[in-house]
Amino acid sequence: MEQYEVMLAGFGGQGIMTAGQLIAYAGIKEDKQVAWIPSYGPEMRGGTAYCTVVLSDTRIGSPIVTNPRCICVFNRPSFDKFGPKVKPGGLFIVNSSLINVTSDRTDFIQLLVPANEMALKAGNGKAANIVILGAFIGASGVLKYETVRETLIEKLGKKKEYLDLNLQVLEEGYNLALETIGQKDRV
Amino acid sequence: MANHSNTIFSRPEALYDTVTHYCPGCTHGVIHRLVAESLDELGVRERTVGVAPVGCSVLAYNYINCDFMEAAHGRAPALATGFKRMRPDMIVFTYQGDGDLASIGMGEIVHAANRGEKITVIFVNNAIYGMTGGQMAPTTLANQITTTSPNGRNVTDTGYPIRIAELLATLQTPGYIERVAVHTPQHIIHAKKVIRRAFKYQVENRCFSLIEVLSTCPTNWGYTPGEAIKWLEDNMRPYFPLGCFKTPDVKEVR
Amino acid sequence: MAKILMKGNEAIAEAAVKAGAQGYFCYPITPQSEVAEYMSRRMPELGRVFLQGESEVAVGNMLFGAASTGLRVFTTSSSPGISLMQEAISYMAGAQLPAVIVNIMRGGPGLGGILPAQSDYFQAVKGGGHGDYRLLVLAPSTVQEAVDLMMLSFHLADKYRNPVMMIGDGMIGQMMEAVEFPDEYKEDPLPPKDWDLTGAKGRSPRVVKSLFLDPVKLEDNSWLLHEKYERMKREEVRYELYKVSAKNKILIIAYGTMARICQTAIDELEQEGISVGLFRPISLFPFPEKEIKKEASKKNIQTVLTVEMSTAQMMEDVERAVLGAKPMAFFGHTGGIVPTP
Repeated sequence: MEQYEVMLAGFGGQGIMTAGQLIAYAGIKEDKQVAWIPSYGPEMRGGTAYCTVVLSDTRIGSPIVTNPRCICVFNRPSFDKFGPKVKPGGLFIVNSSLINVTSDRTDFIQLLVPANEMALKAGNGKAANIVILGAFIGASGVLKYETVRETLIEKLGKKKEYLDLNLQVLEEGYNLALETIGQKDRV
Repeated sequence: MANHSNTIFSRPEALYDTVTHYCPGCTHGVIHRLVAESLDELGVRERTVGVAPVGCSVLAYNYINCDFMEAAHGRAPALATGFKRMRPDMIVFTYQGDGDLASIGMGEIVHAANRGEKITVIFVNNAIYGMTGGQMAPTTLANQITTTSPNGRNVTDTGYPIRIAELLATLQTPGYIERVAVHTPQHIIHAKKVIRRAFKYQVENRCFSLIEVLSTCPTNWGYTPGEAIKWLEDNMRPYFPLGCFKTPDVKEVR
Repeated sequence: MAKILMKGNEAIAEAAVKAGAQGYFCYPITPQSEVAEYMSRRMPELGRVFLQGESEVAVGNMLFGAASTGLRVFTTSSSPGISLMQEAISYMAGAQLPAVIVNIMRGGPGLGGILPAQSDYFQAVKGGGHGDYRLLVLAPSTVQEAVDLMMLSFHLADKYRNPVMMIGDGMIGQMMEAVEFPDEYKEDPLPPKDWDLTGAKGRSPRVVKSLFLDPVKLEDNSWLLHEKYERMKREEVRYELYKVSAKNKILIIAYGTMARICQTAIDELEQEGISVGLFRPISLFPFPEKEIKKEASKKNIQTVLTVEMSTAQMMEDVERAVLGAKPMAFFGHTGGIVPTP
């Protein structure tokens, strides 16, 4: 891996920033260079929120990425806005609980994850971001599942019951991705 | 005779032995002396920092014998705040005129007072800009002639003179605020007590204090020193009543 | 210390703490308010001073007062706020007070926007306020470099008794990257202070001022300041080269976030067989004039391309350095539009 860029986008309050930061923390654990870039300004107060994480084995140049390798969209506006920006050959993770359409593009892998339903089933709809995180790890293989799991324990471990739920949905998201696209097709 | 002489009056240590640049009849010199005497009597000169303003007293550091900072116009309370926060063990005072404090520095003084900065502010109100040549100040009286109100201050156009002591006394934060005058010996004696008390409150780390001192400006008012004293008595005193407007000691409120 | 993930603004705050900042004065403004939020917790926990002032005008002047104690103090703001601080910055430069000012730049002029820009270049490197003075200006391009330069800023402020400004764009402030802090901030010895206000005990009073009514003394002061700036030019020029080689046809000059973006562009061009080198000024004042001239004068360089998130401000300094030796070109975006590779 030279460099991998992942963007997460959705509403404010969907845990977009947190999920991105968890990816960055896990990246550091694996001795990668990382950069986490948020959207900021008026839109962060209740509107669309997105962040980009760049992971690299070498020094990171531009923190601004026009066409990330992977984009995870949590809501319909983000689907419309960022779907066209996924790098050809890349990965598009769609929260199918809140997005009832799919992309017409055929030059990337599209992974539909009913994140809110899976999180609700596990006990808390707010954990949808961790479902997507799990799916991203499974589909991309860019970080080791164990590293991300450890990161969750470190960063979200304060409340035991939430941690257990988060770890459960992380695994479910991860497994869903693996089952859907398979180990060898990871992007 | 020589063997029995007692010193009953001398220059305070906190005042340099020098001639000031102030005009004849100006009361800055008297106010400087009251500040210097207070510093001496409280024994704090060696741990005091003064903040000089922009205005006639811009060179206060040439007359008052302690460490000094020279502020931008109106910003003395901000400098004093920065210094005092870093060195709460030191005594910090600002010495400001009415253009400096009540016009360009209104924001800084209100917020320093409201934060309750433990500093002492000597506010010299002579109802005019002195150093720049007698322009209208926020404290210029209604109908008072200045170089920028040649027909007299028109209050329908420029508003009424601002009473700083009263204005700051409305703040909820505890503080010591009193207005005094220095145009007669009796007033000077009282002003000395008040200024000393203001410094004492700071030494005791109690509160913000501001002493507004009604002062004369014969040169820019266009009067002789004697006439200026009468003008202050007849015109300024009725509009700017003397007295204590706020005190940390409840019993002292009049 | 281990690497930790930190937002640029918070990393800058912690770097100041590590460099021994005893006082921090601030006024909220996007995109640097995280510094204030971080410090409002951190400074009291260390028994140091945190104060939110009523305006940037007041904050700049609080910094003046605080710096007069001789203790390390700083403030952070963003473009419109920095404009309001220019009064105090000019006074501090005139009075030779050390202080550190961070500008996390956003687009201007006027209220402008809140997205990253580099449009305060002139204001930072040409003085900014009134009078004959300069600030020492440093521009980081990564969060780690922001940490390193922040700590260095305090040292240089003391070394030269001059305000030091670190300028980063909103990206540097908002981005999170892995950073490492030294366990202990080691710095070269500094000259003893003989100007700080500590009370006139056992010595004659000191006055911290920028007022010199006698024109001869004012001129003396201005030349004294000038000498300091000349010394900075000799001793404090900092820059970095990226893929500069004899194969380069183009030499890019860019700083801060813009330089990183150019690095990626250079990597991409390299794969297409186009060789481009990057000269990244780290100190914007002193500006690496001689060094740019040297690189630009090399035979293989056909064009010197300045890239900025502003409308060709630094380019004027680049032109002054290159002195017509090579054709010049400019590329840039501003107003919050960050160019992409």
